[in-house]
Amino acid sequence: MRTFIVLLQKEFLQICRNSFLPKLIIAFPIMLMLIMPLIMTMDVRNVNVAIVDMDCSSVSRRIASHIEASDYFTLKQTSSEYPLALSALEEGDIDVIVQIPKDFERNMTTSYQERISITANAVNATKGSMGMQYVIQTIASSLKEVKNENSAIATSELITIENRYNPTLNYRHYMIPALMIIIFILICGFLPALSIVGEKESGTIEQINVTPVSRFSFILSKLLPYWIIGLFVVTIAMIIARLVYGLAPIGSVGTIYLGALLFILTISGLSLTVANFSETMQQTIFVMFFIIMVNMLMSGLLTPIDSMPEWAQNFTLILPPRFFIEILRSVYLKGTTIAELWNNFVALGLFAIIFNSLAAITYKKQS
Amino acid sequence: MNDIVISVKNLTKRFGNFTAVDNISFDVKRGEIFGFLGANGAGKTTAMRMLCGLSYPTSGSGSVAGFDVMHEGEMIKRHIGYMSQRFSLYNDLTVWENMRLFAGIYGMTKKDTEAKATELLTQLNFLSERDTLVGSLPLGWKQKLSFVIATIHSPEVVFLDEPTGGVDPITRRQFWELIYKAAESGTTIFVTTHYMDEAEYCSRVSIMVDGEVGALDTPTRLKQEYGVESMDEVFRILARKAKRGE
Repeated sequence: MRTFIVLLQKEFLQICRNSFLPKLIIAFPIMLMLIMPLIMTMDVRNVNVAIVDMDCSSVSRRIASHIEASDYFTLKQTSSEYPLALSALEEGDIDVIVQIPKDFERNMTTSYQERISITANAVNATKGSMGMQYVIQTIASSLKEVKNENSAIATSELITIENRYNPTLNYRHYMIPALMIIIFILICGFLPALSIVGEKESGTIEQINVTPVSRFSFILSKLLPYWIIGLFVVTIAMIIARLVYGLAPIGSVGTIYLGALLFILTISGLSLTVANFSETMQQTIFVMFFIIMVNMLMSGLLTPIDSMPEWAQNFTLILPPRFFIEILRSVYLKGTTIAELWNNFVALGLFAIIFNSLAAITYKKQS
Repeated sequence: MNDIVISVKNLTKRFGNFTAVDNISFDVKRGEIFGFLGANGAGKTTAMRMLCGLSYPTSGSGSVAGFDVMHEGEMIKRHIGYMSQRFSLYNDLTVWENMRLFAGIYGMTKKDTEAKATELLTQLNFLSERDTLVGSLPLGWKQKLSFVIATIHSPEVVFLDEPTGGVDPITRRQFWELIYKAAESGTTIFVTTHYMDEAEYCSRVSIMVDGEVGALDTPTRLKQEYGVESMDEVFRILARKAKRGE
């Protein structure tokens, strides 16, 4: 026990005495949480809209004014010539064209209705499709307003769109949990590995290997500080999410901490295993980077797993972040409980056991 | 009487086709200063690493402090101290923190550590530097500190791998005084060196040539046997036989 305490004391002293590490540990999550959500957004803004108004009625003007008032659109052009708008779209000045047919208002009451046509430039697929979605929603709400004012008008079927759990389809709320995971991966995934390989490079690990320290105490003394740091970092990240983006978990914070703890265990165990097989910093960083890339891009942090090809969907089952991101997102946005997420916790627990055992087994004091 | 602390029989270590240590046998008695000499690449460090439980022998057997090098490496580690060729204390910890760390690793209590560390630092005349970062000490001091830390838990055997490499003559002298003091108190010293004047200080000397023990005796008798004046000449005669290396 005394052995473990002195080892742990040494790790903390080394971390604190490092000129760079403590600053990184504080600054990194704050910077990432403050800046990245503003950048990593799929919310489409500044969609340039052209309205080709062939109706010139109060309804068409209402639609135009709604579009103009919206934060998402810039009304670039109003004309009655479709070809004019189309050539602007081809040149890239316009993203979406809304064409309101002649006699639209008058025909609203009749059963025959010529429809509003919407043309989008889908070169930027996201902007095109999201822009079109927004336009549809805006027009739909305009028409609804008109109808409510004049109940005499027969209702035609309108599409209603409702996004449950993330009602505003705020992309930030989807991304913030992913950012938290990226922070964990970088802090708890890289630092323990670098710490072990650093000892290999400086030769101090040999001095440890020639003492009766058990592999288990040594590995644990390397990991424990980063577990504590990880939990500290998740706390900062959650506070920032709450204060800056108004995103508080609907479910219990305890569930998040439990998931975070298991995830940190997993990722740091993985990192130590890599360190045991590496002799130099370059080697460690390169291997960790590869593993982290695969984990970040394929585990559903940034793109939905459901839209991946089937083999890739199966592959995600061996990626630990996949299970943690599900926990984070559903606790944050839906308020899901531990009981409903039990299989994610079991999966993370298994990963934690596997990777940490591997780390302890592959650490050799005698070769 | 259990007078033999290190006993080695036909110890061999191969790395692929290369036989680093070839069938060596020797015994070291308690309290001896055993000089382990040899040219660069003769296999000294490899042999020493096997005795310290850092490396498994390919064949042969050996025991250190009564424990088998093949199977009881971790038991050996409780009874030895080791000072590597390369300085390997923590540069980002202070003198005192390094001492506390290694004493703690060997299970010494806080009180014992405090007493022992103070005693050792006083002996080194080094008490004023206890809160200095080890990284900022001059090499000679680092080496003395390494030795003191290798013996902080009063081990039966201390392995020193070229402890005085790159150290000035005065510090080397002081270093050997420390070695003598430790040997007087019953610690067995197993030391490799390239300085032949240091070889003269040893109780017995083994000279490795190409992974084998080329000669083993007291310095006086070795000089007689080869009919020369100094250990330096003994070493040259033996080292010239080497086929390995340059």
